[in-house]
Amino acid sequence: MFLEINNLHKHFNTKTGNLVVLKDINMEIQRGEFICAVGASGSGKSTLLRQIAGLDQPTSGEVKVDGEVITGPGPDRGMVFQHYTLFPWMTVQQNTEFGLKLQRLSKKERREKASTYLEVVGLSKFAKSLPSELSGGMKQRVAIARALASEPKVLLLDEPFGALDVHTKELMHQFMLELWERTHLTVFMITHDVEEAVFLSNRIYALGARPGTVRREMSIKLPERTQHVKRNSTFHDYRDELMEIMRGHGQEALIAA
Amino acid sequence: MSHTEPVDRSTKSLGSTVFWRLAEDIPRPLQTGLMIASIAVPLLLWWLLTTFGSIDPTFLPSPANVITAFGRLWSTGELLQDTVASLWRVGVGFFMAVLCSIPVGVLMGSFASIRALLEPLFGLVRYMPAPAFIPLLILYLGIGEEPKITLIFIGVFFFNSLMVMDTVKFVPKDLIEATYTLGGNRLQTLLQVIFPHVLPGILDASRINLAAAWQLVIVSELIAATEGLGRRISVAGRFLRTDEIFVGLIVIGVIGLIFDLFFQYLLRVSCRWAAQKR
Repeated sequence: MFLEINNLHKHFNTKTGNLVVLKDINMEIQRGEFICAVGASGSGKSTLLRQIAGLDQPTSGEVKVDGEVITGPGPDRGMVFQHYTLFPWMTVQQNTEFGLKLQRLSKKERREKASTYLEVVGLSKFAKSLPSELSGGMKQRVAIARALASEPKVLLLDEPFGALDVHTKELMHQFMLELWERTHLTVFMITHDVEEAVFLSNRIYALGARPGTVRREMSIKLPERTQHVKRNSTFHDYRDELMEIMRGHGQEALIAA
Repeated sequence: MSHTEPVDRSTKSLGSTVFWRLAEDIPRPLQTGLMIASIAVPLLLWWLLTTFGSIDPTFLPSPANVITAFGRLWSTGELLQDTVASLWRVGVGFFMAVLCSIPVGVLMGSFASIRALLEPLFGLVRYMPAPAFIPLLILYLGIGEEPKITLIFIGVFFFNSLMVMDTVKFVPKDLIEATYTLGGNRLQTLLQVIFPHVLPGILDASRINLAAAWQLVIVSELIAATEGLGRRISVAGRFLRTDEIFVGLIVIGVIGLIFDLFFQYLLRVSCRWAAQKR
C-alpha cells in the first residue's frame, strides 16, 4: 500500500469541551491513483489532509506514505492550498524553484526542473511575472508546478479550484486529468464539489460530518473523461448517490451550524 | 405630515461628485492643484498678514525677513553646522535602534515564547515618554553626545520593535505552511519567507519612527547642547530672534519631509510587489 491511513482519530480541545473531528478513518491508496475525499463542511476533510501533509498530528492512529510513518511536513507530499499561497515577492520562476532552493539543489538543477514543470503547466511564458499579474487559475497552476518540482510521492490538493469561476474550473479539471495521465502521479484531493470528485477520481471516499467518518468508499468507472460525460447517466448515478450520502446528515449539519 | 407627500424616489440614488469621492482617486490636475494650494495658501496668508497687518516682526517676521535670516545663518556656516550636528545624532541613534529592533521585532512576532518574554517589558517602557528619560540620561551619561543618541535609541527601539512584531502577525499562516511542505526548516522559513514578507512593513514602521527620532533630537538639543537645530531655536528665542526661530522650524520640517520621501522611494524600489498595493 502506498498511502495508508490507519485508525486515525483527531480531537480538538475547545472551550466547550472535547471536539471529535475525525473518527476511525481508514484509507488505502495505491500508487498512481487519483483519490477524492468528498465531504460537506464539518466533515473534517481539511483536518484529514493536514494530517497527511504532516502539518498536524493525529490524536491516535497513523498515516504512512511508502511505508514510512508521517511525523511532520516534507516535500515528498506536495501540497496545493485552497487559497493562493504563492510568495508575492518572487517571480513565477522563483516560486517554482523555491522548494528546490530550500532543499539546497544547485542553481542549474533548480532552473532546469522548474522550467520543466512550468512547461508542464503551460506557463513558461510567464516565468518572469509576479503572482499579482496572474489570474486565479494561473496562480493555482504555478502552485501545482511548485509542488511537482520537488517530485513528490503524493500530490495533496486542498479544494484547489474552490475559488475559481465555473469556466476556469472546467479548464483546470481537464488540465488536472491530462497532468495525471502524463505523470502517473498519486493524487489525494479533498473537495465538497461532488461533480468535481466524480469527474476526476478513480475512487472516492465520502465523508460524513460531526464527527468526520468514512461513510462510503466508491470506485468510479466512467466511459470517458471529457465534459460530455457529465451528461452520461452513469455520471449522474454516481453524483446522485454521493449527494444522497451527504444529504443523509445534512439536516443535522444545519442544526449544528 | 410626511405621509401625505409621496417620496420622490429618483432623488434617492447616490449623486455624483468629484471632490467628495470616498476612497477613490481624484483627477490628476485637481490633485496637483490641491497639493500646491496646501503650501501656497498658508504662505500667501503669512505674506498678506505681515505686509498689510502691521504686526511687530519680533512677533511674526515676514517671509522676506526669514529669507534674509536664512541667508545670514547660511553664509556664516552656522546653519549647516547645526543641521549636520542634528542629522548626525539622529543618524546614529536611529540607525542603531532600527538595527536592533528589526531582529528583536521579527523574533517577537515569530515566536510566542520570545513574545511572552519581552512584550510586557516593552509594552511598559513604550508608555514612558522618551523625554522623561532626559534627567536620568544626563545623570548617567553627562551632557555630551551620548545622552542625546541614547534618548533617540530609547525613543525608537521599543516602538519599532513592537511595530515590527505586529507586521509579522500579518504573514499568512498558509504561506508558512506552504514553505514547510516544500521542505523548508524553521530557520529557512524565518529568513526566506517571513523576513521578505515583513520587509515593507519594517520600512513603513521605521519611516514613522524616524519622525519620532527627529522630534527627539530637537527636544534633546533644547535642553543641553552647544550646536544643533534645536539649540539654534532655543538660543534665537532667548534673544528674540523670531526670524531665526522660523528658519530653524522650516529647515526641521523640510528635512523631515525629505526623510519621508526617501523611505517611500526605498519602499518602491526594494519591494515592488508591495508598493503596488499601497
